[in-house]
Amino acid sequence: MATSTTSPQLNRGGPTDPGRTPRRVGFSQTLGRWDVKLSPYLYISPFFILFALTGLFPLLYTAFVSLHDWNLIGGKGEFVGFENYTYVLQQPNFWKGIRNTFSIFFISTIPQLILAITIAAMLDANLRAKTFWRMGVLLPYVIAPVAVSLIFGKLFADQSGIINTLLGKVGVDPIGWHAQVLPSHIAIASMVDFRWTGFNTLVFLAAMQAIPRDLYEAAVLDGANRVRQFFSVTVPMLRPTIIFVVITSTIGGLQIFDEPRLFDQVGQGGPSRQWMTATMYIYEVGWGNQKSFGRASAVAWILFLIILIVGIINFSITRRISSDESSKKARKKVVR
Amino acid sequence: MRKTTSKMWAAAAGVTGIALLATACSSGSGDNTSDDSTGGENITLTVATFNEFGYTEDMFKAYEESHPGITVKEKKAATSNEARENLNTRLAAGSGLSDIEAVDTDWMPELMQYPDKFVDLTDPALEGRWLDFKTAAVTTPDGKLLGYGTDFGPEGIAYRGDLLEAAGLPKDREAVATLIKGKDNSWDDYFAAGKEYQAGGGGAWFDSAGAIWQGLIYQEKAPYEDPKTNEIIAADNPRVKEIYDQVVQAAVTDNLSAHLSQWSDDWTASFQTNGFATMLAPGWMLGVIEGNSAGVTGWDLADVYPGGAGNWGGSFLTVPEQGAHPKEAKELAAWLTAPEQQVQAFLNKGTVPSQVDGLKDPKFTGAVNAFFNNAPTGEILANRGQGIISTYKGPNFFAINDAMQSALTEVDVNKGNPDEQWNTFITAVNALG
Repeated sequence: MATSTTSPQLNRGGPTDPGRTPRRVGFSQTLGRWDVKLSPYLYISPFFILFALTGLFPLLYTAFVSLHDWNLIGGKGEFVGFENYTYVLQQPNFWKGIRNTFSIFFISTIPQLILAITIAAMLDANLRAKTFWRMGVLLPYVIAPVAVSLIFGKLFADQSGIINTLLGKVGVDPIGWHAQVLPSHIAIASMVDFRWTGFNTLVFLAAMQAIPRDLYEAAVLDGANRVRQFFSVTVPMLRPTIIFVVITSTIGGLQIFDEPRLFDQVGQGGPSRQWMTATMYIYEVGWGNQKSFGRASAVAWILFLIILIVGIINFSITRRISSDESSKKARKKVVR
Repeated sequence: MRKTTSKMWAAAAGVTGIALLATACSSGSGDNTSDDSTGGENITLTVATFNEFGYTEDMFKAYEESHPGITVKEKKAATSNEARENLNTRLAAGSGLSDIEAVDTDWMPELMQYPDKFVDLTDPALEGRWLDFKTAAVTTPDGKLLGYGTDFGPEGIAYRGDLLEAAGLPKDREAVATLIKGKDNSWDDYFAAGKEYQAGGGGAWFDSAGAIWQGLIYQEKAPYEDPKTNEIIAADNPRVKEIYDQVVQAAVTDNLSAHLSQWSDDWTASFQTNGFATMLAPGWMLGVIEGNSAGVTGWDLADVYPGGAGNWGGSFLTVPEQGAHPKEAKELAAWLTAPEQQVQAFLNKGTVPSQVDGLKDPKFTGAVNAFFNNAPTGEILANRGQGIISTYKGPNFFAINDAMQSALTEVDVNKGNPDEQWNTFITAVNALG
């Protein structure tokens, strides 16, 4: 982009130069030189200034706060070095938060992606009232997470909830959705999935419609049935989209807050922190009883590093897959 | 030439745009100065409240008429938590608060650590207006008064007359009060009445172990922290362990509890399914019970409380130091918390006056609640307001109480091991130190 805008400028300057040089030498020319040198940076600067203000500054300021004794109301205290970090790392609740975050993330993301890709494949088929069904899957996404949490909280109530009542009819003992660790994670994961599956379905659907139809025709000619077509044509062609969806749901999943916070009325993630996530821990430390911004910032930075590591893992997988594709193309050429 | 200038313009526009963007961040601090220019002529005072304080436009209009040049506006937050977050954030920012900020009893102690952020409201003319425990909660060690009391939460026992009758117990108010009072009006007598109820075929006696804990701990003077040094004594205070054992014994071993966590969906639903027979009920809880019990009849309020008296909830009006008109705000806060206004607020929304004269006002004492079998709620709550003691709450009070509530929920609701949960509580308390 940058090269295409600068080169015409130089061209435009070219023909005027010879006419102007004898008449005026001096400031306007200096200005012109500055223009050529500085303008490109000025044009792209809004992004960098915005990034510095909204991205970089909070990041660095959080690091600065995390090295101090910092109270929500009292403000900045003494410089304490890495004391906040060592304190946080010694708290059992911090590790519970990390455990819960990853547990909820895995329990929600894996079924969600499988479900989304399956629904997308069904919507991609020749259906009656296509738009109706496609809008239908997006409906849960429109509902505010708070409302979803209220409804699911009632469904998953330990004694009076519909789900335990239904399970009782089949002869299953009531499950302590708000009492035990794993059931609470499953309940929260179901909320996350309810909200996000439809969205991801549409992303997959868009990608599926971009797959050339002649691939399917060729597959049909070769005698592949629908299931075989799905696994041998659709899924391989969707790979870049799958990676995109995995990365976005990783970022979303590791920052999950609304659903677990509203899973009960107390909002602390359960009496034994059964479903307290890392972001909820930040909130509890910073705005709860301790009001310690220093410690909250330390947790925020640790979470940032964790997301960074997971991001790097994702990135390496992406690269491997994209190189897979290029090698495949190379193979195709050889075949031809 | 022309091209250069137009480009220069573009560059200049870009630079100013960026400069505007950068300054936009700092312009927020200028907002609160806008009132200053008006001087002493026309002043707008904002009052930030939450839930329902019972103030009405008519009350503000009356004040505006008697104080020319002053306009009063009320800003309502939906919940107490929302108001707390707003107050904390803006106190930290140093601007943006209302002239008068309402503060809940629950989070007043954390603000008491920052007396410099609030105006000292001491006024000899108002001495003795409020109940002693109410004033004690907002007085700093060096004698500054940070808030004026609005309402408070004297507790009676709400009970289901129909359920008690079915278990062969008396049904009418006086007889139930006598039953719960037992020999010496202790918590053991209250629990003994519960055992009698169950012997007659009744179900759960009370809703939640956590609620009973609140009832017991607020009858202690300094359960968790040393009032002089703020040192945490919860782990060593024998009373804390005794109360814990007493509550666990009643709730779990004797199975008097409905094993619910207050405010949970199960708790709300249990009002419809005859989940429990009695509960500790401050004045404002009566509305909650009525709301949850649509279609259920039989609720009543007994003029009795184990151990004498207890307070649950209530609020204060404070004047933040950052406001532009502290003097006028103080005057308005004093007027709003005067007995006459508070009684009117009670008639509007049921907030029980914490003013000595308000509690004697015939308009208050004569109030009757039709849902609670026409119980004279005003008279009962006025009686229940006698003898409330002030519990010392230091900076760590709520962290400690939270840890205890978590432990009790694990034991009572999730069937956890009491000894294990006691150890978890001790670990949590030690981590605070």
